[in-house]
Amino acid sequence: MIPVPPAVQRIPWKLIALLSAITGFGLLVLYSAAGGSLSPWAWQQGVRFVIFLIGALILGRLPLRLYEDFAYIGYIGVAILLVAVELLGFVGGGSQRWLNLGFLNLQPSELMKVAIVLALAHFYTQLPPGNTRTLTALWPALVMIGIPAALVMLQPDLGTALAICASGVVVMFLAGLPLWWFGSAALAGAASLPILFSFLHDYQQKRVLIFLDPESDPLGAGYHISQSKIAIGSGGIGGKGFLNGSQSHLDYLPEGHTDFIFATMAEEWGLIGGVALLFAFFLLLRWSTRVALHARTRFGQLTAAGLTMTIFFYLAINLMMVMGLAPVVGIPLPLFSYGGSSMLTIMTCVGIILAVESDSKTRSRRLY
Amino acid sequence: MKRRQPPITEAWRGLTFTRRALVIGGAQAAVGVALAARMAYISVVDNDRYVLESESNRVNLTLVPPRRGWIVDRHGKALANNRVSLRIDIIPDRLHDKDAVLARLRTLLRLDGDTMERIERDLKAASGFQPVAVKEDVSEADYASVLVRLPDLPGIAPARGFARNYPTGAAVGHLIGYVGAPNAEEYEKAKDPLYITPGFKIGKDGLEKYFEPMLKGKPGARRVEVTARGKIVRDLNTKPDVQGKTVHLTIDADLQEYAARRMGRESGAAIVIDCLSGDILAFIAMPSFDPNSFSDGISNSEYAWLRANDHQPLINKATRGLYPPGSTLKPMAALAAMQHGVDPGERHTCIGGYRLGSRFFRCLGTHGTIDMQTAIEKSCNSYFYWLGHRLGYDAIAPAARLLGLGEEYKLAGSNQRYGTIPDSAWKLRKYGREWSASDSLNAIIGQGYVLANPLQLAVMTARIASGQTLYPRLINRHFEHHALPFTAEQLEVARRGMWRVVNGAGTAGRSRLPFDDIQMAGKTGTAQVRGLSGGSGKGGDWKYRDHGLFIGFAPYDNPRYAMSVVIEHGMGGSRAAAPVAKDIFTFLFDRDKAMKALEEFEGGWGGTIKERMDRDYAAWKAGAASDPEPGVPR
Repeated sequence: MIPVPPAVQRIPWKLIALLSAITGFGLLVLYSAAGGSLSPWAWQQGVRFVIFLIGALILGRLPLRLYEDFAYIGYIGVAILLVAVELLGFVGGGSQRWLNLGFLNLQPSELMKVAIVLALAHFYTQLPPGNTRTLTALWPALVMIGIPAALVMLQPDLGTALAICASGVVVMFLAGLPLWWFGSAALAGAASLPILFSFLHDYQQKRVLIFLDPESDPLGAGYHISQSKIAIGSGGIGGKGFLNGSQSHLDYLPEGHTDFIFATMAEEWGLIGGVALLFAFFLLLRWSTRVALHARTRFGQLTAAGLTMTIFFYLAINLMMVMGLAPVVGIPLPLFSYGGSSMLTIMTCVGIILAVESDSKTRSRRLY
Repeated sequence: MKRRQPPITEAWRGLTFTRRALVIGGAQAAVGVALAARMAYISVVDNDRYVLESESNRVNLTLVPPRRGWIVDRHGKALANNRVSLRIDIIPDRLHDKDAVLARLRTLLRLDGDTMERIERDLKAASGFQPVAVKEDVSEADYASVLVRLPDLPGIAPARGFARNYPTGAAVGHLIGYVGAPNAEEYEKAKDPLYITPGFKIGKDGLEKYFEPMLKGKPGARRVEVTARGKIVRDLNTKPDVQGKTVHLTIDADLQEYAARRMGRESGAAIVIDCLSGDILAFIAMPSFDPNSFSDGISNSEYAWLRANDHQPLINKATRGLYPPGSTLKPMAALAAMQHGVDPGERHTCIGGYRLGSRFFRCLGTHGTIDMQTAIEKSCNSYFYWLGHRLGYDAIAPAARLLGLGEEYKLAGSNQRYGTIPDSAWKLRKYGREWSASDSLNAIIGQGYVLANPLQLAVMTARIASGQTLYPRLINRHFEHHALPFTAEQLEVARRGMWRVVNGAGTAGRSRLPFDDIQMAGKTGTAQVRGLSGGSGKGGDWKYRDHGLFIGFAPYDNPRYAMSVVIEHGMGGSRAAAPVAKDIFTFLFDRDKAMKALEEFEGGWGGTIKERMDRDYAAWKAGAASDPEPGVPR
């Protein structure tokens, strides 16, 4: 047996293989969605993945302390960027989300998904245990979640706002806040749904209504969901075969390379492809959950678990959307959908979780 | 009430984290399993449904209207066939910039406001790939001009189809009928997507309607793979249409056209029947409409022109026109009388009329002492008044019915009004009054209550000529023919009388056939329009003039063809109807001779039917344009 040098051993090969498998599968689908061509999507997505993967590995080598120290600063910086989007951002896709930095269209709301987790994790790490059941544990967190969520809603981007809230609430939940807070908040939320609904934009309201009754408008706003279900349903168990998806190739499926890429995949690869993809994501989330459970510090625990939730939220909402279980909210499928912003977020999450993992491997366990 | 909480320590916090993280992880796993189940449900349980929907997305089926079956005459010559027709359609789903495209089309094809409105309306009602017709029968040049601009006209589909064509135009209008695009009710009834396919026509009238199931054919289909934006990716397959079956008529197309043209500017009908089989060789009702115009979708103004014409071109006078048959019933009355024991040699003296009680029924002449044959020859009313008074009409009516009068025939595609052969029971039923002797006198000379259509007169003639119960037919349909219950001698009296009408000193002496060896037998009739006593009927306002009728058969010695001719307001059978019959018979035996005669006439009338109709229509349109209230033409 050839002795493996420790430097090579420290590289998380299994994780790289898993991420590459998911993304590689995505590249195949993008190749097909482009009508059997590497351009315009697959090639660019592949290059992007390699760069972001290297970035994630670098993030994973950084000491966890660094993240903890810069959590608030990072959070404030991203919040300022969100305000900047409101002030300077230009209208793209019907809502203001992008900040043109010249070389890159930056979507600060994506960064906020990570920043909110780090900031809350830091907050609860610093919070004295005795204060866990007091309001001191509650209101700063609510403000920290509320400001970016409100800013993102203004863009308006319901999906990302929900993602920020979900990750934030999960961190609060894991921090040990009393259960009845969450229970009563859920009840109050349910009661105020109709009021919240009235605050939504017309097109968002329409999406929700269409989601509740997609058949009501099969050619209009319900078109996305109907066509997506047709694509998935017509794929059957084994799919129509690579490059043979008619729904995507004949443009019936809208956004077949971004938000609805799962439908494009399912049409050609069928249930087998879908279950394989779900299994791959399961492996990814299992790894990150384990990292959270074995984290050496409280900051590491909360960060890893919160970021796991961020990844999961992408995945669950996107899949529910393409299968007609959630309204069309414009959330991409992690690593699979074409697009830089979501991949940047996911790979940042992965990088930070790697940092938590290496922190717990290199030092002795210390939970306080 | 405050519940005691356990003290919060770092260790408790760690434990809580682990517990709650496991709950979260479990919830995530549950969601994952639910998603997998949902996907399995969609793709396995609902698979059939979604495969179907995906296919209906992908594949677009366009119906190709079938070519209509031909209608041909007894020699296989086309009375109705199909010609290539170029058309422009719109596929609504592919029309992205409607206003711009329609504006381009409007200038390219010179569409008028009405058409634009109709297109807009159709587009609103249409869905998906169901094409909407823009214009049918575009010229080669217009078609080409659209074709070259096609890249700038998304959603426009030029197509090469077929249109119904009637080579002899108006000559077959009332015989064949016409086709037209199905209307909303017809589509509702048939529920056939073919009915809303542009270019598909159904029979609307006459034989076209009657033989619709035979003529229709089976549509073809074109399956193409299309993108969501309507771009055709490739043709999947094309199923050719199956042309409708050919309908063979008993009509002789040349004779039909000749007879129609020979009617000239008159209004009336003419029927020629083969005395051996009952085959209808010519079936004319003039003036007529041009079925080509109807089949292409007649314009409002052309329809108004047809309606405004006092010669009523929209009415099929051959089976729907009822006329008092006048003296044409005299041979029939003679047969009836002989059947009731009247000796044809018995003489009656005509003193210029017949006295019945205080009334004097006039004859057209003073014929002296005459027998039955002479009475037919001279069309002596007095003689028949005498017979009618002696026998009563109840004795005559059965013979009239035996010869086909008052009967509705089983005839393909015709809508018949079958008239009246009155008798005492009929009058009692209808008017509640007793039959009188004067009713018999009026009826026996074909006036009064008696009404018949031209087809019935032709059938009567064919039956007298053949001695058989012939039934008229337009297709090869089997009828049992029986001998009529008249003796050969009785029939010969009637036929000989009719021979003398033409070849003796009779009323149609000027209409002898121009042959040495072929002679025509016939009988003229003049039906008074105003009633027996009033007016002269020989001049004045056209619509108050007498109808001219003629029945005849030829050759006399071996009857082959029987005919009836009715000329509305023609002022007498010998003057208006007999010459027409003469030329039509001439055509049957010598076409060149007959054509020569016709060409002379047409020179005087102002050209062929089509030329005259086109000119009349143009004149009417010009008149209608200046006249805010378009009324009667000319």
